[in-house]
Amino acid sequence: MSAPSPVGGALASTTVGYEPGPGDQRDDEDRVRQSALRMRRRRTVRLWLARGGVAVFVIGGWQLFTTWGLVDKFFYGQPSGIWDSLVQLFAHGTAFGSIWEDIRVTMTEAIYGFVVGTIAGVIAGLALGQNRFLADVLGPYIKVVNAIPRIILGSIFIVAFGFGTFPKVLLAAVLVFFIVFFNAFQGVREVDPNLVANVRVLGASPFQVARHVTIPSALTWIIASLHTAFGFAIIGALVAEVLGAQHGVGLIISQAQGRFDPDTVFAGMAIMAVITLAAEYLITLLEHRVLAWRPPASSEPSGL
Amino acid sequence: MVVRPGGRTGAAEPRTGHSARIQISGLTKRFMTPSGEPFTALRDVSLTIEPGQFCAIVGPTGCGKSTTLGLVAGLDRPSAGSVQVAGAEVSGITKGISFMFQADALFPWKTVLGNVMTGPTLTGVSKRAAIESSRDWIRRVGLSGFEDRYPHQLSGGMRKRVAMAAALINEPEILLMDEPFGALDVQTKAIMQTELLGLWEQTRPSVLFITHDLDEAVALADRVLVMTSSPGSIKESFDIDLPRPRGSVQEIRYQPRFTELQHQIWSSLKDEVERAYARTAGAA
Repeated sequence: MSAPSPVGGALASTTVGYEPGPGDQRDDEDRVRQSALRMRRRRTVRLWLARGGVAVFVIGGWQLFTTWGLVDKFFYGQPSGIWDSLVQLFAHGTAFGSIWEDIRVTMTEAIYGFVVGTIAGVIAGLALGQNRFLADVLGPYIKVVNAIPRIILGSIFIVAFGFGTFPKVLLAAVLVFFIVFFNAFQGVREVDPNLVANVRVLGASPFQVARHVTIPSALTWIIASLHTAFGFAIIGALVAEVLGAQHGVGLIISQAQGRFDPDTVFAGMAIMAVITLAAEYLITLLEHRVLAWRPPASSEPSGL
Repeated sequence: MVVRPGGRTGAAEPRTGHSARIQISGLTKRFMTPSGEPFTALRDVSLTIEPGQFCAIVGPTGCGKSTTLGLVAGLDRPSAGSVQVAGAEVSGITKGISFMFQADALFPWKTVLGNVMTGPTLTGVSKRAAIESSRDWIRRVGLSGFEDRYPHQLSGGMRKRVAMAAALINEPEILLMDEPFGALDVQTKAIMQTELLGLWEQTRPSVLFITHDLDEAVALADRVLVMTSSPGSIKESFDIDLPRPRGSVQEIRYQPRFTELQHQIWSSLKDEVERAYARTAGAA
């Protein structure tokens, strides 16, 4: 770390004069830049070491405690056991076929539910956000429906629509709808009245006000809600599968529960967690794309 | 004969400009406060703004200045009295108007070009013509090279320039300005005032300019109206006979005539400001 930078050294040897020339200044700036870079690299290394440490502490502690028998692995599983059942699931599949088929089924249900719920939520949110009377009329009912533990609707959907894909999509869509709806609604309410006045004075029709002001403004809120909403789409699909299904990760989980096999339950959880993280990443990419106009978060240009 | 600004095509050739007369007579506006009390914001305001006149309104906080602008723009309906623009009663949004607010009402999700283009796009100008005239106006406000920036990447003064270009690109007959430079620092404010005068002299719309800043009013306007504290009404009108073009706003302040007018108007405004202040201080 203490070795002088080659660039700085070369510059210093060329400026042998007695007065500080422009070369010296550049040399200085170079040094500052290099040390800033070094500090940032060191911080990144420390950050990742600390993060790794947390994982080792939690998973290692779990493994040790269950090995020593302080925690009963019959109830709480064991990381090595979870790993074994993951290998088992991917290498040999389940009693119903390949694990990939189950993942595909669950993801299809979750994605359909996500898309349907998001579209319905956006439309309802924009409509009610712009129509005060309608919002006042429906407001109390929406509050009531929102207060219902909607996950229970899954039972009704299974009874009404059977063990197929449809009730899963429906439950996922219902969960997604309310999250997206409330955000879209709030987003419309938060529109800057000056902007609306401005485009109205410029001669905008109500449709143009929506296109130029309301929708772009609400988009920030809507996209923010998609992160949470996708998690709920997965939850909806999984819970509906646990309640009754012929395929899917939820089915694997409920079967494992029946066999008193916590390792496989955790394995199912881990699979869905990885998928959700991947989806989260894609949504973040979309967010950066669509909301490129936003100022960078205040934490980003952190001091060097 | 008044020509609708929407009918014009893109390229901004130098023009003599057209502007509309604003006639306000017996204008009263009452609001219902949330507690159910009626509140008179404006009482019996009558004034006429000649075509091409730059008229500033000064008055204490909460005297209904902004309400007046909203009524002229047609964003709000009067409780009594009438507003006529170019001889026609205002009903619905008044045609040929641009508005400039204190908060820069720019679209944060549009680039500089997109913001300036909004006006022509809404009036149905073709996209190519809109881009062409937007580039021209961006150049006129000195922001060439910044077309692709987003508002958050600009300084306060630059955002004001964008707002000015966006307000003037439709070449309005009437320009309504609600403390447009209120939030700027003193130096930037002076620069923006000078630029506004330069741009206004090119197209000469009628201007209704609201401000708290008496110096600003005298430096920019042909006429300064003093409003009483609430309910707002016109107390006095002063003609500002400083010659045009006025050039740099900083320089005008040193003219003896400027000081003289400023004094006259201040003696009229002072009572109202003190009355308004006493009321808010009493309420606090």
